[in-house]
Amino acid sequence: MPPALTDSMQTAARLPDPTAPAAARQAARQLRVRLRDAGPVIGLVLLCIAGGLLNPDFATWDNAMNVLTRTAFIGIIAVGMCFVITSGGIDLSVGSMAALIAGSVIMVMNWVAPLAGSPGAAVLVGMAVALTLGAAFGLVHGLLITKGRIEPFIVTLGTLGIFRAYLTYFSNGGALTLDNTLADAYGPVYYGAWLGVPIPIWVFAAVALAGMLLLNRTSYGRYVQAIGSNEQVARYAAVAVNRIKIWTYVLLGICVGVATLLYVPRLGSASPSTGLLWELEAIAAVIVGGTALKGGNGRIVGTVIGAVLLSVIGNILNLTSIISVYLNAAVQGFVIIVVAFLQRGRR
Amino acid sequence: MNRRIFSSIALVACALASAPTFAADNKLVMGVSVPAATHGWTGGVVYWANRTKAELEKQYPGAKVIVKTAGSATEQANQVQDLQTVNKIDTLVILPFESAPLTKPVAQVKNKGVFVTVVDRGLTDTNAQSAYVAGDNPGFGKVAAEYMAKRLGGAGNLVILRGIPTVIDNQRVDAFNEVLKAHPNIKVLDAKHGNWNRDDAFKVMQDYLTRFKQIDAVWASDDDMAVGVQKAIAQAKRSDVKLVVGGAGSKDYIKKVMDGDPIVSADVTYAPSMIADAMKATAEARIKGSEMPATTIIPSVLVTKENASKYYFPDSPF
Repeated sequence: MPPALTDSMQTAARLPDPTAPAAARQAARQLRVRLRDAGPVIGLVLLCIAGGLLNPDFATWDNAMNVLTRTAFIGIIAVGMCFVITSGGIDLSVGSMAALIAGSVIMVMNWVAPLAGSPGAAVLVGMAVALTLGAAFGLVHGLLITKGRIEPFIVTLGTLGIFRAYLTYFSNGGALTLDNTLADAYGPVYYGAWLGVPIPIWVFAAVALAGMLLLNRTSYGRYVQAIGSNEQVARYAAVAVNRIKIWTYVLLGICVGVATLLYVPRLGSASPSTGLLWELEAIAAVIVGGTALKGGNGRIVGTVIGAVLLSVIGNILNLTSIISVYLNAAVQGFVIIVVAFLQRGRR
Repeated sequence: MNRRIFSSIALVACALASAPTFAADNKLVMGVSVPAATHGWTGGVVYWANRTKAELEKQYPGAKVIVKTAGSATEQANQVQDLQTVNKIDTLVILPFESAPLTKPVAQVKNKGVFVTVVDRGLTDTNAQSAYVAGDNPGFGKVAAEYMAKRLGGAGNLVILRGIPTVIDNQRVDAFNEVLKAHPNIKVLDAKHGNWNRDDAFKVMQDYLTRFKQIDAVWASDDDMAVGVQKAIAQAKRSDVKLVVGGAGSKDYIKKVMDGDPIVSADVTYAPSMIADAMKATAEARIKGSEMPATTIIPSVLVTKENASKYYFPDSPF
């Protein structure tokens, strides 16, 4: 998939060419920009070739579906994260938030099931709770950060601890498990498929598409990028900075809620180790995908590719035994740095 | 956590209020320091520590037991110091987060005359502990391997999921492989880390299933990982896997064994209740003034349908 044209590239393309050398320089610059944008794609393609050579099973439909399905959680969260980072913020709490939402949803479903009559109704109630909780947590983050004027790093570092501690408290340190009838009713959301493609991949694609349109094709998306580039200037330009920032956190919260909807039916349980380090994976996916950590420049397609890239690494390592299992994390680290190197220079 | 802190404050307050009456009979002030409930097994440890605290305080009126949980090795080290200086403990039962960083803090407390029982993870300097109570990690691997070899009839393809890279995990896996050396027809296809985590185990097992067309048995080496493993097998609709052995003895898996599950036919204990055994033995030794053995190993036992009900604790969170 080619990366979407950014605004600056579009204006550059429309500019009249006064002199030929200038036009050539322009073209060369554009080519460099395109190469940079293609960094994550090149990395992913190279990885896939390596994977296919190392183990023929890698290049099978089933394996591709496995990898994309397991990417869905991190990928969906990363799409939301892309908005927050583009606006110049950060959210460290997403893993804990996903765990707490998963736990709460399981408790609510178990509690509602006997009252609702059918397991299907209980599942719907649980899904509504997941999205509501996600939006509510995001709203709290947004309000504390904008109205409360606390650094996003600190707010979300705080809630990172709070969310996980409450899950641990609710589960008594053990696991919260969905009742069997509910698990059967809910299972198809993760294990089911439509047109041969698992449901989580469809949801992931829909969220990514919506994110792409919102960031690149609406005024809201442009405001988010403007705030990330220069908050003061955006404020002077009469952009409702606080409202837009709050919305980025709410959107991320909803994304976490959606990811949880797909996560819960997988194991039908939540434990204190659920969603551990998801925040780092999501942030890494966003940055590997070419979004600047300091904000102002968001790339949804890149984010999706970044998320896929990260899970492909783990998949290849599991499918081969060429290196010591103790070095798995190192391989991931090397690949992240190499890909970041490929798309360097955007500052 | 709030509730726990609150109740322990309340209990300590009650104990303080009633202490003068009983102080003459009994002076046991036991500090119990364990890792916070961050996963199933440590959740079980915290449950058993609190349960035993109640039992001991009932059994020995006047005795005071203070249970503290720590989120990291550093926090635990501070906690040990506080227990000694603030709570004036004379006995410490500790399940160290990690061995090396806690050796010095525990040694300091012991030098001030506190009796120290170390549980599960031995300190790097054994002089820092008065007694040591531990689970049997090599036995954990050995018992599982012997059972699986027997069930497979000495031949078949097997995959292993390992825990978090630690000494505990190495001891278990080494002992497992040692037993399998006597069964050359059992082929270990691969051993990757699932980090004692359901989600990681799910992914690793999915990839095993993609990679290997015939898997006869899985040593998940942990009940949490077994959950992920079984979900992955169910998703792939594979019927070649005839045996999944977890470990540690969670209530869900003991229940499966008890109910005669065709795939989960056995489990191996590595019971979080070892903290309870350690607390009881230490309290008895301290109050009756008897000697406590320097090392007590709580064996890892094979749980099958016949003896499963003995290891089933539905109230425990684990």
